[in-house]
Amino acid sequence: MQRLIQYIKTFSLWELLVGLKLTGRFLFAKKITVQFPEEKTPTSVRFRGIHAQRRYPNGEERCIACKLCEAVCPALAITIEAEPRMDGSRRTTLYEIDLFKCVYCGFCEEACPVDAIVLTGFHDYHFENRGENILTKEKLLAIGDKFEPQIAADRAVDAAYR
Amino acid sequence: MADIEIEIDGKTLKATTDTMVIQVADEAGIYIPRFCYHKHLSVAANCRMCLVEVEKSGKPLPACATPCMPGMKVFTKSPKALAAQKAVMEFLLINHPLDCPICDQGGECELQDLTMGFGGPKSFFNEGKRSVKDKDIGPLIETEMTRCIQCTRCVRFGAEVAGMRELGATSRGEDMEIGTYVEHAMKSEVSGNVIDICPVGALTSKPFRFSARAWELEQRPTVSQHDCLGSNLYAHVRNGKVMRLVPRENMTINETWISDRDRFSYEGLYHTDRTTKPLIKKNGTWQEVTWQTAIEFTVSRVQQIIKIHGAEEIGALASPSSSLEEFYLLQKLMRGLGSSNVDHRLRQTDFSDDGSLPAYPSLGMTLAELAQKEAIFLIGSNIQKEQPSAGLRVRKAFLKGAKIMALNCYDYDFHFDLSEKQIVSPDEIVAALAGILKALSLNATVMMDDAVTAAIADVSVNEQHAAIAKQLQASQNAVVILGNMAMNHPEAALIRTLAAAIAKAAGAQYGLLTEGANAAGAWFAGAIPHRGVANASVLKPGLNAQSMLTKRLQAYFLLNVEPDLDCANPVVATEALATAEFVVSLSLFRNSVIDQHADVILPIAAFVEKSGTLVNSADEWQTFRGIALPHEESRPAWKVLRVLGNIFELDGFDYASSEEIHHELKLMAAKLAPIRAVSHPMTASQLKAPSTQSLYRIGAIPIYSGDSLVRRAKALQAAQPILEGIVASVRIHPATAAKLQLQEGEMVTVKQKQGQIRLPVRLDDKSSERGVYIAGGIIETSGLSELYGALELQK
Repeated sequence: MQRLIQYIKTFSLWELLVGLKLTGRFLFAKKITVQFPEEKTPTSVRFRGIHAQRRYPNGEERCIACKLCEAVCPALAITIEAEPRMDGSRRTTLYEIDLFKCVYCGFCEEACPVDAIVLTGFHDYHFENRGENILTKEKLLAIGDKFEPQIAADRAVDAAYR
Repeated sequence: MADIEIEIDGKTLKATTDTMVIQVADEAGIYIPRFCYHKHLSVAANCRMCLVEVEKSGKPLPACATPCMPGMKVFTKSPKALAAQKAVMEFLLINHPLDCPICDQGGECELQDLTMGFGGPKSFFNEGKRSVKDKDIGPLIETEMTRCIQCTRCVRFGAEVAGMRELGATSRGEDMEIGTYVEHAMKSEVSGNVIDICPVGALTSKPFRFSARAWELEQRPTVSQHDCLGSNLYAHVRNGKVMRLVPRENMTINETWISDRDRFSYEGLYHTDRTTKPLIKKNGTWQEVTWQTAIEFTVSRVQQIIKIHGAEEIGALASPSSSLEEFYLLQKLMRGLGSSNVDHRLRQTDFSDDGSLPAYPSLGMTLAELAQKEAIFLIGSNIQKEQPSAGLRVRKAFLKGAKIMALNCYDYDFHFDLSEKQIVSPDEIVAALAGILKALSLNATVMMDDAVTAAIADVSVNEQHAAIAKQLQASQNAVVILGNMAMNHPEAALIRTLAAAIAKAAGAQYGLLTEGANAAGAWFAGAIPHRGVANASVLKPGLNAQSMLTKRLQAYFLLNVEPDLDCANPVVATEALATAEFVVSLSLFRNSVIDQHADVILPIAAFVEKSGTLVNSADEWQTFRGIALPHEESRPAWKVLRVLGNIFELDGFDYASSEEIHHELKLMAAKLAPIRAVSHPMTASQLKAPSTQSLYRIGAIPIYSGDSLVRRAKALQAAQPILEGIVASVRIHPATAAKLQLQEGEMVTVKQKQGQIRLPVRLDDKSSERGVYIAGGIIETSGLSELYGALELQK
């Protein structure tokens, strides 16, 4: 009996039909493919993409050169030099992140007492020349200025868990 | 004090009834948290952090103010003690701001550490925190008074150690503030220590402000090179660069304190004047060359000069702060070339007693012994500013009741009171000393050499002489100390002889405090013209620093010398270099005179960048290592001298390390035959008071102008006018000014044997009527000749 069923299945291509059933189901199902880069997948508010430095609403940079991010960075990707600014406040004169070294662990963001350094949701970036992997303070602030609405919205959603 | 036994945390410990519980616990390695307690300051017991449980005591007791009692049982970690500490911590944090991320103390803060160890997780205090206005207390110390927890360590430091009550507490309770009351800059030469003792970030270093974090720095030991005692330091280094200097405890030298000069001189290390590459002057312009070219050029030129003029025509001058190894190689190089013209005594002018001096200048005692003296007689010494760590010991002696006397040209404002003082014009010092010696000789029990008795036969004695003599004689444990002014005086030999005679007659010790960091090392290494290494006799004594310059040699080696600022006579020094055929300067910094007259500049490493040894005035050999990277292409001077020796093809320059040189010298030190000082002859005519009425220059060196490094430390230069007043001025006694019809602030022409300059007048009654204080070692007065010599003032 067993052998007979096996025989029929073999000649009627039953297993193929079972497989095609799955194919057929997805043929008519709703498509989830995203047309990158025109379309983008949704990311978590906690996504750790490229770094940015934020500013206060009055335009003042947040970073106070406490160097906690530099200290906590496991990849030693952050370099900071600081000195008193003209008004006597503590500010960085050099703030660089080497993206080749960075492992996107997000510890810098966690260590920051003033939410100055953050990891944005932006992840599709590339470099064409040597040296572009170094994010300088100007670049970081520019990224921050560009993504500030998104950064602020993400932090607001996640605030309850921080 | 009776020896007793107490028990702390179950451990039985030995104690005495005059010690506090915290001291016994510290010695046993049991940690009790504290803020206001400091082992070198008095007990205040106002922070209450060190509360511990004591058996049979209802309440917890402060360990810093609880004397040990027989059979006492202390519990430092019992629930009661911990609860008390946690409660105190919460009270202390009520008003402390949460600005650790921008606070320079962050990472090395006692409050931060103890909050981690003993604090609670949250505060129950929701009211607003108080804020306190910051005070400007000078260019060295930054204040952030909101952070202050009123431990009063800084207040006690000022009152007890520094001897200047500059900081104090005003108001009470929550309104209590630490400050200077009337805002002014701190004038103490050791004020920087409040930065270290402040347990929070209320007092921090201004030059260091925001430049690095404690966790980025590597701590490496070194030795200060600004006075003859060599305070022990830690250098905090980041990426091969010195970021700051802090004290390293050494109870025999600096205890836990260092002077501001030692603390902030590092700022000069990276000054734009620093030499970076070897330079050769070609057709009047400086050109950067390789080390190879510079050294070969130097060697060929010097060989040429030796061939034409003879080896006696070359001379070497070294900074008295060079290391033992550098002195040794420099003299070896010079003597190898056939010349004994090598000297480090740049500001000294009287060398007539060279033959009769002991093996090397020394204080002859440890600083701890100095603090035990019952009477201290300072001759021509501004000990507080010249050797701050010795000054603090003199103050210690004073606090114990010692009588401090001074014979000076300028009435320095010391941090101890003088029981007797005599302020004379520099040319009257010898007569004053003779008077004191005569006063001593009037006591029948004093035995003196016939020659001395004959010399002082006609000397007159005044009341002050008699008073000083009386106090010296009354003390069983006295010391006579000569300072920088006495050593640089044109009659220094007589002063030394008379001071030694006074010490002998009074049964006192006799000590010298020399200029520079390593004068004793220079004598030992043979960087003096009349004796070789370890007092070896030399066949033909060479020329001393002064005659090398007045005789105008053909070639000079300069080792970290700024001729216009470091020499006794800048005019003569500059002229000598100008007329010399060839000058090679191993320099730390570019200097206008060297730029103009030298032919080769070889960049050398600064003290933190080289290894070496210093011999201090208390006869201690202190070895230090290179702890920072040499600046650009500079190299340690001993290496440069070694290569010069090799290229000159001299024997005995094959050292692989400075330790090898050190060991070679150490072996010689063991064989050092002690040279007894013999008395230098003096005659009655030398001891007469001068009959002239002319004005006389007091060319003291201001505190932050002593060597090339401190002269380039920005913050110290800003602090100099606060400590010393305007240094580029002519300070004359008001009576003399009235005679010459001079007003305060008026410009006046100062004329000396060589050179004249114009400077503003300041009225100052701290000198005698004939003494005119015009500081040396500063660029504004480098147009004048002798530091101590007659001068004329013209409108």
